[in-house]
Amino acid sequence: MNKPRLELHVPTPPARPGGQASFKHLEIPPAGAVRRPDSACDESEIRDLPYALIRVLDDEGRAVGPWDPALTPDRMRKGLRAMMLTRTFDDRLFRTHRQGKTSFYMKSTGEEAIGAAQSLALVTGDMCFPTYRVMSWLHARDYPLDLMVNQIFSNEKDPLKGRQLPILFSARDYDFYSLSGNVGSRFGHAVGWAMASAYKHDDKIALAYIGEGTTAEGDFHEALTFASVYRPPCILCVTNNQWAISSFAGIAGGEMTTFAAKALAYGLPGLRVDGNDFLAVTAATQWAADRARTNRGATLIEFFTYRASGHSTSDDPTKYRPADEAGYWPLGDPIERLRQHLILQGEWSEAQHEALAAEIDDAVRLAVKEGEAVGTLGKSKPSVSEMFKCVFKEPDWRVIEQRRELGI
Amino acid sequence: MASMNMIQALNNALDEKLAQDPDVLTFGEDVGYFGGVFRVTDKLQEKHGVTRCFDTPISEGGIVAAAIGMGAYGLRPVAEIQFADYILPAFDQLVSEAARLRYRSNGEFWSPITVRSPYGGGIFGGQTHSQSPEAIFAHITGLKTVIPSNPHDAKGLLISAIEEDDPVIVLEPKRIYNGPFDGRHDHALKTWSGHPKAEVPEGLYRVPLGQADLVREGSEVTVLAYGTMVHVALAGIDESEVDAELIDLRSIVPLDIDAIVGSVRKTGRCVILHEASRFGGFGGELTALVQERCFDYLKAPIDRVAGWDTPYPHAFEWDYFPGPGRLAKALRRAMEY
Repeated sequence: MNKPRLELHVPTPPARPGGQASFKHLEIPPAGAVRRPDSACDESEIRDLPYALIRVLDDEGRAVGPWDPALTPDRMRKGLRAMMLTRTFDDRLFRTHRQGKTSFYMKSTGEEAIGAAQSLALVTGDMCFPTYRVMSWLHARDYPLDLMVNQIFSNEKDPLKGRQLPILFSARDYDFYSLSGNVGSRFGHAVGWAMASAYKHDDKIALAYIGEGTTAEGDFHEALTFASVYRPPCILCVTNNQWAISSFAGIAGGEMTTFAAKALAYGLPGLRVDGNDFLAVTAATQWAADRARTNRGATLIEFFTYRASGHSTSDDPTKYRPADEAGYWPLGDPIERLRQHLILQGEWSEAQHEALAAEIDDAVRLAVKEGEAVGTLGKSKPSVSEMFKCVFKEPDWRVIEQRRELGI
Repeated sequence: MASMNMIQALNNALDEKLAQDPDVLTFGEDVGYFGGVFRVTDKLQEKHGVTRCFDTPISEGGIVAAAIGMGAYGLRPVAEIQFADYILPAFDQLVSEAARLRYRSNGEFWSPITVRSPYGGGIFGGQTHSQSPEAIFAHITGLKTVIPSNPHDAKGLLISAIEEDDPVIVLEPKRIYNGPFDGRHDHALKTWSGHPKAEVPEGLYRVPLGQADLVREGSEVTVLAYGTMVHVALAGIDESEVDAELIDLRSIVPLDIDAIVGSVRKTGRCVILHEASRFGGFGGELTALVQERCFDYLKAPIDRVAGWDTPYPHAFEWDYFPGPGRLAKALRRAMEY
């Protein structure tokens, strides 16, 4: 008997701090290479797609191949603005944390295309079940910046009345479901919401996000099971940004397969999409939305992207990955890629881009200034009576007595 | 008015709500065609259609997550968890989502779900079909927890729960589904037939949440109980020959604090009876509330009669189960203090 000694495998990322950052192990097919099946096709015909990578924008900024959504220049400019606004807002608000004006912040840097493109691809009344890294959904729909700042500062004008951590928004008027810090626990709500839409013969669909790290939670698999069983009209998205705080995607099970391929066992269509490509994100979303709206059920989409910033204000990414790793990401920057495309199309210019950047910068500065005038964390807060509201629809005696005890 | 057991009363409540409100639907494991392992949803699929009463995967977390999403859309889903012992995979959904959605979104989103679940012991179900987890729900701000003790209340409370705009857990004591079990396990089984609370009115009526029921008036000790223990308490009071007042709490959140305080101030003594293990059980909260509000009226220490602090056993069912004998002893102890 010559049996090998058993060895426990613990995945490790290609490089840690001090090492040479590299994404050479990733197979990046050229843009335009993946076929676009009819959205009415049977899942059994597209079982190769979870292993492909749908890309539209090539390295020169051309839109190529069958997935080109042929968007109007206006729509692309709108998307570009939303992405730029998200990044500028993030950078500015992240700094306010360093200045002690808020307790917490999370940036979407590098991932702005996903929320922005999907926000514009779906219609009013469809419901987004977000993660904290798709704020571009709200920016694409012109959510008032001052309200957002007030929430982040937890000040007197905080729309969530000081009850929720910064960035964990809720914006019903913008079809943006209430966020929570428990990652993944709303993925199944999207499925239930979509089941309700189908039950009522409505025409609305749900869109949900989950990070690649969180696909390891039961919530993800429970939601996919229900999506497989009841075929509700929803789009289930995995934003694979390579990192869950300090754990690389291999720790979430991404070493042996793709996250899109998780769809296969559920009999759901799985698409793997360049998440830094505004046009590819739009095209995949439209394809999945077409299926959802015609009773063909759910689609799982993996958006392949890169978290260019840290997880939040609470971690320093240089402690667990090479400081320059973002620079090696082979799929580029979503803002730069769309800008390049628009310029190539003759629909945008450097001057226009600079003017827009300046306009956005002013708008964000003004919003922060307004928020600061209301007050930053600890300097202003909603009435303490708000602490006791919305526990139940109507307060019970405990809340009434305790309010009295506190004298409010 | 018809005589019903608790299963029929719960079935009737669901049937009438399904008929009255198109936004009500019910689902769970084996709930659809089969009608539930305890038959609470019997024939509802046949009567109301497959999209209004259906089977789900064996996925308690998935069931409650889907229910919350439906509730957020605007429906009033009623989910069944087959046994309360199996509700724990859904605990995160109940605690982190259902109970918190309204608060964290400043009322933008809420989910008026009802989660029904058979619970409690006395059926030789062993550890996984006998537990009483009500205290862990009572501790969660944002959840309401209801425990009926008879067919009349079961129907009225379930209708109230479904119409509530907050999430409600309805724990159904399975030992009294078919009859008012008083803990005397060696006696002949009783059915609900002939019991006054088995008279269930037709049509929609509500037993409001947070309103206790005075089951027996008395002057010497107040007994606080709910679910199966209401019937055990009656037997225990009988055995003790103490003139005890029995209050059926019916819902532990919201809690009818006025009924409790009024009674204990009158009797000056309080014994709490529940099936769940004692340490950290809901009896601890009741004890604290009574102590805080009735201290000057108390003539004896507040006492708790509860399950022992062990996991729910199998062969020792009747050694574990707090029966009438143990309550009688506690009542006499309170009187002799």
